[in-house]
Amino acid sequence: MTELLLDATAVAKRYGAVAALRSASLAVRPGEVHALMGANGAGKSTLVKILTGVVPPDSGTILVNGRPYLARSPAEARRAGVVSVYQEPSLVPDLDVASNLRLTTTPVKPFLDWMERLGIERLDLRDLARQLPLATLRIIDLARALASEPKVLLLDEMTAALPADLTERVLDVIASQRGSNRCVIFISHRLIEIAAVCDRATVLREGSTVGVVDVTEGSDDRIVSLMLGAVVKKMADRGPVASRSTVATDVAPRLAVRNLRADARLQDVSFELRAGEVLGIAALEGQGQDELFDILSGATGRAGGEVLVDGAPLTFRHPADAIRAGLVYVPADRAEALLMQRSVRENIALPWSASVRSWGLIPQQDERRRVAAATAQLQIDIRAGSEVRRLSGGNQQKVTIARWVAHGVRTLLCFDPTRGIDIGTKAQIYELLRDLAAEGAAVLLYTSELKEIQLACDRAIVIFGGRVVATIPIEDADEPALLRAAYDLPPDAAMPEEIAAAAVAEAAGAADAANAAATPGSPPTQPGLSA
Amino acid sequence: MTASVATARRPMRPSSDVASRILRRNGWSVGLFGLLVLFLAMTKAIQPTYGASELQDLARGALPLALAAVAQTIVVVSGGIDLSVGPMMALASVTAASLMQDQGEGFGVVVAVGVLAMGLAIGAINGSLIVLTRVPDIVVTLAMSFVWAGCALLVLDSPGGGASTWLKGLVNGSVGSEWIPRAFITLIVLVGIVWVPLRRSRTGISLYAIGSDRLAAFRSGVPVGRMKILAYALTGLFSALGGLALTGYTGIGAPVPGNYTLLGIAAIVLGGVSLAGGRGGVVGPVIAVAILSIIRSDLTFLNVNPNLATVIQGLILIGVVMLGSLLALRRTRR
Repeated sequence: MTELLLDATAVAKRYGAVAALRSASLAVRPGEVHALMGANGAGKSTLVKILTGVVPPDSGTILVNGRPYLARSPAEARRAGVVSVYQEPSLVPDLDVASNLRLTTTPVKPFLDWMERLGIERLDLRDLARQLPLATLRIIDLARALASEPKVLLLDEMTAALPADLTERVLDVIASQRGSNRCVIFISHRLIEIAAVCDRATVLREGSTVGVVDVTEGSDDRIVSLMLGAVVKKMADRGPVASRSTVATDVAPRLAVRNLRADARLQDVSFELRAGEVLGIAALEGQGQDELFDILSGATGRAGGEVLVDGAPLTFRHPADAIRAGLVYVPADRAEALLMQRSVRENIALPWSASVRSWGLIPQQDERRRVAAATAQLQIDIRAGSEVRRLSGGNQQKVTIARWVAHGVRTLLCFDPTRGIDIGTKAQIYELLRDLAAEGAAVLLYTSELKEIQLACDRAIVIFGGRVVATIPIEDADEPALLRAAYDLPPDAAMPEEIAAAAVAEAAGAADAANAAATPGSPPTQPGLSA
Repeated sequence: MTASVATARRPMRPSSDVASRILRRNGWSVGLFGLLVLFLAMTKAIQPTYGASELQDLARGALPLALAAVAQTIVVVSGGIDLSVGPMMALASVTAASLMQDQGEGFGVVVAVGVLAMGLAIGAINGSLIVLTRVPDIVVTLAMSFVWAGCALLVLDSPGGGASTWLKGLVNGSVGSEWIPRAFITLIVLVGIVWVPLRRSRTGISLYAIGSDRLAAFRSGVPVGRMKILAYALTGLFSALGGLALTGYTGIGAPVPGNYTLLGIAAIVLGGVSLAGGRGGVVGPVIAVAILSIIRSDLTFLNVNPNLATVIQGLILIGVVMLGSLLALRRTRR
């Protein structure tokens, strides 16, 4: 095993009650470009943070060049030859480029050489970092890392914010590291990039390494199936999903979005949401869904396209405009929506009492009645109701929904409403969304938990790179189909269940031996996606 | 995206543009300097007798506040704030005055060095408390401001003591031409030997880095905690210098000096230092102190009720900062 440049075994990390990493292993040879893969929350970022000294591991061993390695800060990691380019730029915005290089003691000449190879020939080192475009900052990050001659270079979603020509240059440079005495660990949501530059891929699922795959033609399927794991078998305990509520199709849709555009993240999104319907949105992180919800809830403006409510085009200048138009927003982060130090009653009553004339008295009796009805409907545990921050996460999320339900909801925009919530409350929230739809509300639901789309939605759309890439009828919208679409894989490449099952069993047996046994059988027919 | 690539690959600017960039990056200080000249001209119009000795008075009177502003600038650019600058100045002032009284010049030098070391130490105490206890800086330094103020009163419960002659000499009079106040030169020398070399070192860059973006600084390998303590220690050092200047100017120790903490914050805001950290330098705040002092002296000369003068000073502060932000906003919109 001494030939390995980086060898991490059984690395674990807990944040409070949440196990971010259970048992992650990663073995990388010198001269190798190695992909680290996994669905959202699989633990990739935590592993990167541990390797670069941002957080300490709870247990596990890490060897670099055969020697035990423990970095307590990014500076120590850099001295040991482990350097990372993070998801977001790590340049200090108020310093010029030259000062930023001095911070990391990066030699300027090799830095400029790398910049040139990466396609940015003329860079004024006296420019402040804050004045440079995002793409340039990413390239500077990479060139700075390369110039420090690292033994292990980690690239976390490096290409996400780059235009196509720069991406190509970056991939060229990464590929040129093959066969050198260093190694590159490459994290990307784009399988096509993995296939282009990587030799092998380590797949993480729920905090554990579930397999190591040689990246060859056709290995995409294996990687995706490893990421999914046992959920490949259909959730059998669910009843039929079609036509669970009556969707009004004869009138104008409650909400219609046409060619919506914001910045580079949101390119062109169109869909219709009708009364009585729950529309699911599936997407990998950062594909434009954040921007979409910001626009619909009135928090930011749009660059182009139309938003129609009940057939009438509207422009929101303030969240109050959206609320007046009947579009109300439930964010993933409860702290964004609630007054944490105030009571459940005040929180639920706020959106409604805000419409009371500002110099008028709030009719308390009416308020109490509405609040009581809403807490009962949502089964909110109000024993600790005098301060919302003392409620559990699930109960807090119910309060954010109750705020709108108490005053009659027309269109509910839910952005990952079940993030970090226990399974029982999740089920209650989905049931509530279904009930609201049955009562004639329209619900737009983005969730990062793909398998929950089928539980709550009537229809699903998939967004990738700021565009709607697929519309999937709910009976076909199981996790493999959604994930496949979310990675923008061709819809005809069906999901081979047997291979996945075999891979999982095999991964459980011996992770490293997994390379040999990739035998693509004839894929059984799976529900296709209509793009 | 194509637009961003275009900007990324824009051609190198011709060297004549370097001057314009320096102007742009220090635009606020340049604008303030223009304002200062305007106020000086106005002062000459209001007070036709205004001359070299009045200028010396101005510099002498403004020196403690200027040092307080420099002290506050250092900690604010590194992302903190220090509400104990005034009391630290008081402690330095009374310690120096009570020890220097009726003693030789040589001993006075020893006392001054000791007071500066004390300034560094109590500043480092402020910083360490913030870093170790993780109590917000505003709370820690507010609490410590009571501690240092109490200590100052324990040393000297009423104005008194004395100052070495050399210390008074550093603050009073002029150098070369009578139009160049010695207090001004003292300020330039102090800033020149402490701040300028630091600003150009990796340590100085790190101070700005932790104020601008802590996470990016940490990832770039900056020891964030240690840099924070250093920033507070330097603030303590410059507060001690301010205290010494106060003693040199008045000739005695002042246990309860003017409100140097808040006036200092006013000066750095007027001087273009972002309270959010990472942006600004020491030149702007020093010019701002000169402007605030001139306004004060003009209003006194015009026999304006001093209480009303305070109101006017406050309004001018808001007006100038608001105007500056509007100009900056227009520039970014364009």
